[in-house]
Amino acid sequence: MAVAIATPSRERTLPMPPPARFADKAFEWLTLIMALAVVLLVFLVGWQLARGSELSIRRFGFSFLTTTTWDPVAEKFGALPFIYGTIVSSLISLIIAVPLSIATAVFLTELAPLSIRQPLVSLIEMLAAIPSVILGLWGIFVMVPWLRDHPFAFLKSTLGWTPLFSGPVYGPSMLAGGIIIAIMIMPIITSVSREILRSVPNLQREAAYALGATRWEVTRIAVLSYAKKGLFGAVILGLGRALGETMAVTMVIGNTPQISASLFAPGYTLASVIANEFTEATSDLYLHSLVEIGLVLFAITVASNLIAQVLLKTMSRQQTSRAVQ
Amino acid sequence: MRNGRLFAGFCGLTFVAVSVTSAWAQMTINGAGATFPYPIYSKWFDEYAKVDPSVRFNYQSIGSGGGQKQILAQTVDFGASDGPMSDENLAKAPGKLLHIPTVAGADVITYNLEGNPTLKLDADTIAGIFLGQIKKWNDPKIAALNSGTTLPDKEIVVVHRSDGSGTTYIFTDYLSKVSPEWKSKVGTNTSVNWPAGIGAKGNEGVSGQIKQTPGAVGYVELIYAKQNKMAVADIRNGEGNFVSPSLESVTAAMTTAQIPDDFRFSMTNAPGKDSYPISGATWLLVYQQSKDAAKGKKLVEFLKWAETKGEQMAKDLDYAPLPRNLQDRVLKRIDEIK
Repeated sequence: MAVAIATPSRERTLPMPPPARFADKAFEWLTLIMALAVVLLVFLVGWQLARGSELSIRRFGFSFLTTTTWDPVAEKFGALPFIYGTIVSSLISLIIAVPLSIATAVFLTELAPLSIRQPLVSLIEMLAAIPSVILGLWGIFVMVPWLRDHPFAFLKSTLGWTPLFSGPVYGPSMLAGGIIIAIMIMPIITSVSREILRSVPNLQREAAYALGATRWEVTRIAVLSYAKKGLFGAVILGLGRALGETMAVTMVIGNTPQISASLFAPGYTLASVIANEFTEATSDLYLHSLVEIGLVLFAITVASNLIAQVLLKTMSRQQTSRAVQ
Repeated sequence: MRNGRLFAGFCGLTFVAVSVTSAWAQMTINGAGATFPYPIYSKWFDEYAKVDPSVRFNYQSIGSGGGQKQILAQTVDFGASDGPMSDENLAKAPGKLLHIPTVAGADVITYNLEGNPTLKLDADTIAGIFLGQIKKWNDPKIAALNSGTTLPDKEIVVVHRSDGSGTTYIFTDYLSKVSPEWKSKVGTNTSVNWPAGIGAKGNEGVSGQIKQTPGAVGYVELIYAKQNKMAVADIRNGEGNFVSPSLESVTAAMTTAQIPDDFRFSMTNAPGKDSYPISGATWLLVYQQSKDAAKGKKLVEFLKWAETKGEQMAKDLDYAPLPRNLQDRVLKRIDEIK
């Protein structure tokens, strides 16, 4: 549509020789095809996953999403503990990573002395470059024993009476899984947030200072509030990674398909069960159930993105209405 | 300039042509499957290249499940699996599929207790621990078997494999044989619905978890435990003897195990006073009638070499070789491949 409107005016103002016009058209088509290919790819992935899980969809139907038994011997498969584990571990990671990452980004753009900004940024980006299997090994040998002996033991002794921190403390647990994901998504949320904060025009800051705002007020009113939408986008990018994170989580979450209120209890995620069991699954129903797990993960990722987009829309509408007032 | 480019292109073309013809001269036999025997198989393929340079092996260790699928789909010339194929899967094969046992391994029970004592365990206590019924190390059932050792009043933390594996298959196969309760509640498979404990990925994950958790117990592959010098339990076998896991006690179990004609056997809880009870073999899967006669012939030559010369290399890599009587039976079966 936009193309149809743009072309005639362009022709009027800028008469181009035919070959150049052809190149322009070709470029237009090429980009259109590329864009459509991405959409097509998403549909193909969904379709292929649905086809690959035909047997289990037919056998278990909706109960696949609501039952809690995962028994490859009896061929009874229910995905609820994995769905629960994926969502809870991702939420834990967001609760930890979002304040940390945004605070880091604020420090890096607003407060840090120029001389240490670049080294810090490089360090954070290096954190993103650590392969997840290595982070997982570090998780097993360093993080989990330390968590178990110090923070977990402390939580247990102080908040042990709440269901959230009840039960025995083994180390590998939903909480440990959430923490390792938080470490993995921090760099991406921090880098994206930093870019967003950097793009806040200096005029904003200067105006706030001119009104006599303190440093904290400038950051809160002029910077964070201005960048709210972008920061939300950064968090959604982090959530996307958290949902799909596999290797490091598998190594510290305890891989037990159960739903427990306690964060000290071991859990299991959708991505982990695929990674764990796909290679040795021999029966058809078992394989189809594992593919259906993939389909569920795909659906959760798509759904979380859609929800994020709706939230963004309402957020910007609020912002405009407030601006009008 | 233009000529030069033409010349370079021509050179490139001849190079491609030459390499294609030389690839034709060398036959490639493709296989896929189990990860457990991968080190010994790659050693065999390496050594065999010196025996017969005209044939090259390409083995992908994608897991037993993948190996069974690929050989059923005939996308590979041989498959490999840590467990025998089920009747259901075998029925899907387009031709007669043979099981060729190659080497054996075992599961050991390892734990994290102060002083690394050598524990003695029997079928009852192992099943009890992994069913989550024996919860403390100083449980009377464990204490009765270990009169000389002081056992702590500590909770037992069970660690099992979270990834599907032949190691788990052997372990659950043993428990299903010795404990009716395990058989009805859990059963045998490469992954099961564990009644207790936490899951860790791979031998390294399980042993790492055990090392980090006081009071933990789990099972790992014998080779892994040997190479990492871990504390392992002696297990009471069917004849009432406590046997420590070793290549000899595994081969002993294979000597006395009941092995049917199609070689789809389970050697857990095998009779014989020296047999280690938690062990299992690994198999190559080959069609009796191969699609490509020339490849079939080369494959037979290789299998014969592997079952004789190859078996002698097994011990160096900590695999238990087949006993003599089984080797002879397998060689006879290989002769039937066309």
